[in-house]
Amino acid sequence: MNPLAKIGATFLAFLAGTGRLVMFAGAVVGQAVTPTYYPRHILKQFIEIGYYSLPVVGLTTLFSGMVLALQSYTGFARFSAEGAVATVVVLSMTRELGPVLAGLMVAGRVGAAMAAEIGTMRVTEQIDALTTLSTNPFKYLIAPRVIAATVSLPILVLIGDIVGVFGGYVVSTYKLGFNPSNYIQSTVEYLEFMDVVSGLVKAAVFGFIIALMGCYHGYNSGRGAQGVGAATTNAVVSASILILVANYFLTEVFFSGGG
Amino acid sequence: MTEGTPKIALQNVHKSFGAKHVLRGVDLQVAKGESLVIIGGSGTGKSVALKCVLGLMEPEQGSIKIDGEEMVGVSRSERADAMRKFGMLFQGGALFDSLPVWENVAFGLIQSQGMPRRDARDAAREKLRQVGLGEEVIDLHPAELSGGMQKRVALARAIATAPEIIFFDEPTTGLDPIMADVINDLIVNCVRELGATALSITHDMASARKIADRIAMIHQGKIIWQGSVSEMENSGSPYVDQFIHGRAEGPIKMAIQDH
Ligand SMILES: Nc1ncnc2c1ncn2[C@@H]1O[C@H](COP(=O)(O)OP(=O)(O)O)[C@@H](O)[C@H]1O
Ligand SMILES: [Mg+2]
Repeated sequence: MNPLAKIGATFLAFLAGTGRLVMFAGAVVGQAVTPTYYPRHILKQFIEIGYYSLPVVGLTTLFSGMVLALQSYTGFARFSAEGAVATVVVLSMTRELGPVLAGLMVAGRVGAAMAAEIGTMRVTEQIDALTTLSTNPFKYLIAPRVIAATVSLPILVLIGDIVGVFGGYVVSTYKLGFNPSNYIQSTVEYLEFMDVVSGLVKAAVFGFIIALMGCYHGYNSGRGAQGVGAATTNAVVSASILILVANYFLTEVFFSGGG
Repeated sequence: MTEGTPKIALQNVHKSFGAKHVLRGVDLQVAKGESLVIIGGSGTGKSVALKCVLGLMEPEQGSIKIDGEEMVGVSRSERADAMRKFGMLFQGGALFDSLPVWENVAFGLIQSQGMPRRDARDAAREKLRQVGLGEEVIDLHPAELSGGMQKRVALARAIATAPEIIFFDEPTTGLDPIMADVINDLIVNCVRELGATALSITHDMASARKIADRIAMIHQGKIIWQGSVSEMENSGSPYVDQFIHGRAEGPIKMAIQDH
């Protein structure tokens, strides 16, 4: 085959896929904001996504905060700037590491589970069954997951931020010999409201991406166990990539003013 | 609706998947209160035909009328109105495995008719009794039931909203002959009690003979013969003869691959 034709075909397939995803996202948002709502389902997903992700997010951010303190200390010691450790830890956690790490971990945990569950429902005709029972699968299955993920990720990240900063504090005071009250003071000194808020907005976007990709790939799952397996992998990979891409552009939007 | 309007009417229905032309001009009518069974080999498009009537798939060409009203190309909400007249028993049961048995049965009552959960539970108990299942299964999950019990629950769910039209997709496939006969009896009784119109598909001739008023045979995407059960025995069609006697030799050549 002509290599140009191959590139062209791949590009067209990419455009078509993007178009389908955007239309899917539009349908999901449309169904999520109009009645009927399923509060029981939203609550159930909220527990599933938010509550059960706490250990994963907590552990990840704890050790990241600890390693941040250690790394920046050894690095900054070269030019006698050890005093900046607290600031580096809190800014990195709130702006970047909190949302990105939580997003990636939850994508692995929750995105995969969503794709597997909805994919299985597709393959075993449960989604068709919903439709024949006059229930819109977008409202019943997808909207609650997207709403719950978009709301619970910022909460998870806020907790993760605190845990991460705490990890940095523990390492700095017990291992590196910082004075506890000085450390806390420099943690809050240069921290701005916007640092935290930008991280939480990112988290909400990541939550939306995770649920969207999990549901999209599950809903369009191929036939059989193989189809569900592929849907699960695709959900995690695409959500992770989209999170990193979105992270760059959101950072640019928030801090392009030199903040 | 005038006296002569068929409950279901298909005209020249075509459906393809990529290059695979599955339905190639299906013409079929089902009168009010009649039980029509479509027979045909595996992979001949029986399920696809049913899904087109249900609106789960959109045919590329042709017309499908329910009570004289066109269903192809209508809006989602118009389709949803027609959907309320339908009950469907899926090939694999398609029970919701996240819900207990009673909520599966009462799903249509709760979601589409807005019945309070307490009443719906009583209604589900009554429906389960009709298909020969007792109090002990009502809080179990579908995965805890045997294949025959799952079929019964699926049947109870299909008839729970007292639909005008019930679809059965291979109701006896995968069951032992005795359980298959039990299900056949239940189907006949339920359809008669509701006075419903029934459209079933099967390749099980014992089942077809038992539940059909009239039989239609599908081959290569077209209805090639139809008539009453007694006419079928002397149809004069070599296709029908080969199929009902289960002979490997004859005009029907089974594809070895796929399906
Ligand atoms: N969603 C689908 N996508 C692609 N091909 C399909 C789909 N559904 C059915 N088919 C194909 O259509 C043909 C008819 O399938 P089906 O109606 O399920 O057969 P059966 O008569 O056994 O019920 C098969 O070849 C099947 O592979
Ligand atoms: Mg089938």
